[in-house]
Amino acid sequence: MSQPEVLRLDRISKRFGALLANDDLSLALRAGEVVALLGENGAGKTTLMNVLFGQYVADGGTITAFGQPLPPGNPRAALAAGIGMVHQHFTLADHLTVLENILLGTRSLWSLSLDLRAARVRVVALADQFGLAVDPDARVGSLSVGERQRVEILKALYRDARILILDEPTAVLTPQEADALFATLRKMVADGLSVIFISHKLHEVMAIADRCLVLRHGKMVGDVATGHTSPDALAAMMVGGEVQRPKVAVGVAGPALMRLEAVTTPDREGAPGLKAATLSLHAGQITGIAGVSGNGQAALSDILSGLAAPASGRLLLGEAPAPARWTPAGALSAGVGRIPEDRHKTGTIADFTLTENAVLETHARAPFSRRGWMDWRAAADHARAIITKYDVRCPGPEARIRLLSGGNMQKLILGRVLEAAPGVILANQPVRGLDIGAIAYVHGQLLAARDRGAAVLLISEDLDEVMQLSDVIHVMSEGRLSPPLPRGAATMAELGLWMAGEGFDHAA
Amino acid sequence: MRLEPIANPSALRRFGLPALALAATVIAASLLALIAGADPFATLGLILEGAAGSRFALLETLNRATPLIFTGLAVAVAFRAKLWNIGAEAQLYAGAIVTVVFGMTSWGVAWLQLPIIAALAVAAGALVLLGPVILKTRFGVDEVVTTLLLNFVMLLFVSYLVEGPMKDPAGMGWPKSVPVAKDLRLPRLIEGLRLHWGFGIALIAAVLVWLIETRTVLGYRMRAVGQNPQAARFAGIPVNRVLVQTALISGGLAALAGFSEVAGLKGHLSRDLSPGFGYTGIIVAMLALLNPLGVVLSALFVAGVFVGADSMSRAAGVPTYIADILLALSLLFMVLAISLTHRRVVWR
Repeated sequence: MSQPEVLRLDRISKRFGALLANDDLSLALRAGEVVALLGENGAGKTTLMNVLFGQYVADGGTITAFGQPLPPGNPRAALAAGIGMVHQHFTLADHLTVLENILLGTRSLWSLSLDLRAARVRVVALADQFGLAVDPDARVGSLSVGERQRVEILKALYRDARILILDEPTAVLTPQEADALFATLRKMVADGLSVIFISHKLHEVMAIADRCLVLRHGKMVGDVATGHTSPDALAAMMVGGEVQRPKVAVGVAGPALMRLEAVTTPDREGAPGLKAATLSLHAGQITGIAGVSGNGQAALSDILSGLAAPASGRLLLGEAPAPARWTPAGALSAGVGRIPEDRHKTGTIADFTLTENAVLETHARAPFSRRGWMDWRAAADHARAIITKYDVRCPGPEARIRLLSGGNMQKLILGRVLEAAPGVILANQPVRGLDIGAIAYVHGQLLAARDRGAAVLLISEDLDEVMQLSDVIHVMSEGRLSPPLPRGAATMAELGLWMAGEGFDHAA
Repeated sequence: MRLEPIANPSALRRFGLPALALAATVIAASLLALIAGADPFATLGLILEGAAGSRFALLETLNRATPLIFTGLAVAVAFRAKLWNIGAEAQLYAGAIVTVVFGMTSWGVAWLQLPIIAALAVAAGALVLLGPVILKTRFGVDEVVTTLLLNFVMLLFVSYLVEGPMKDPAGMGWPKSVPVAKDLRLPRLIEGLRLHWGFGIALIAAVLVWLIETRTVLGYRMRAVGQNPQAARFAGIPVNRVLVQTALISGGLAALAGFSEVAGLKGHLSRDLSPGFGYTGIIVAMLALLNPLGVVLSALFVAGVFVGADSMSRAAGVPTYIADILLALSLLFMVLAISLTHRRVVWR
């Protein structure tokens, strides 16, 4: 503890209406330290960081950076004090190059010169120093998610950030990319920088952080050195009790409810379509799709949701071929329940109430409408039933869904899908960005649906998740599907080889 | 300064800010009158008096509000589904043309003929918007451009009609059409008052549109498509069909403005039938926050400003253009007030 203190948040409070998002929180950060900020969705992590970064003005408390008080509500002051933030959703201009993005906002609007050469030298030097390989002249729009994150970090470093805040940085990364990020972070702290790492992936936190701060309901409930704790202890602190992880028993396979026979779809927007994909979804089984994202998962998901029809090959529902005009409405009436990848853009309508969102897929049927007239009372009853049964934390069915946390939004979608008693369930990244409690809940519900006889297709980038839940695994690579690998038949390393595209030539 | 979102604005914010916007409009208008060399209080008083100071003034305002309610509703419905119908003017004239064509000879059964004419007018207006919306859903053509340009096409077509095939031989050379038959003029709403049934139909239309938007499957779908077409499509809502249905309603409503102006007020078609009711309908709809019942109030307000300014201009000599400036300012202030209802300004 010989390192000097670089940042101190003292008794920060922030209230939104009736909700006390931050309740008298204090935090100290030393040079060369990685502090993990843990907490469930809505615990107040993001609010605290927004206060630190000047996005919100705290109702009480003070912030001191490098010995100087930080004026509240001023992002420029935070930047000038050497605090940089990498948001979960990147703030980059797609049409500009990496270098231009890094320079954006660093020069006066009226300055006529833009010394690109000196800037480039500095960016390249920083990239070298911290292992952030990225081409400074590439357009950001053409970069992968991992590369964009590196640009965000470079942007902060270019502005002489000595404190870097990373909000859920690994949520969008492959395991290899996450490892590379950790290597960068280690170089940074070796150089005396400090990092605040917001996450709820406990094994990552254990790997990278020196110290863990745990938030619950806006209060600081734990401040422990990583060496003196365990993932289970942290999880218990986050949720305020023991975490119930669903027990996974082997599913009993029934008949195939949906089959893809050599289905091919066109590539689009740089993402591969399906290449002669063959897949059987059996009742009472979870079929997992492993693979690095962007390898045709979107195309597979589109087929199941009815957004796309096979260009060649056959789609069978039970023994009968799917209707020639295969649409989302057709998929719904064929008993396919769909949990989409993006719950904000595809799964819900942000400014609609919970009631309106709860009947998005079923509004045209009784009891929610009759002869073209909506029955809002029946819809509200339905929403209330979902809220109770699926433990959706919300102000009520008439609240706009945009006010809900990701986990609660997902629970509403889950309820909407499961209450329709679907035979086939598409779960595309069902727990992305959710916290431990919500993940366990969603997994438990999917397993319960499987045990009731549903055929579940689970698409996930998280290999652990796929291996834990799936009765059968297919690996996806460049639009191709591996043969089915039963539970326990393949090790993680073997799945990794399939993911890298090996083995497909023999299979084909 | 920065803007911070407010999740649940207070009642004071939601009602106080629009009131403040109205006050700001009044102050700005006073300054304008001052610049024009008139007494601001007297000018505002004259506008108020001209709009609502007498039975005649009030009826004039109601008559002027009638087409604005129709075009305002047409715009509000379309904008709700994010269908940018800038062509209410063209749809209005389509309704007017049909009204004259099918109304110049009486069948002797006005109670039957009038509803048929109204229905045909609605169909014509719907048809005029159908083209742009099909171009949009099939080929992705921007409907702002197509609907806007159709206004000019339609106005030139009207010029051709009133100078050519539909010209009134008894019109002493004026470019106007033959009149509709005497028995097909819309009856007065209340005996003895110079207010025709068009106003009544407009009020009924506003209630119907409100019912459609809040109570029907179609209205729910229109809102869903407007807010998030991607989620709507995923949920099985036929987005393109909803857009076409929205267009049919919107175009039909705008056409009713033409029907009501011809059958209720003017009795014939001419190039100046509408002094931009289609465009003013956009202001009306925006001021009403696209709420169909609000459209009635904002149409009355807009009509009052126009009628009041006309009368004030005659009495005080302040140019009548003050009405346009007043409306523009009121819209700007109102948009600002609405934006600030859900956000707070943070000074640092």
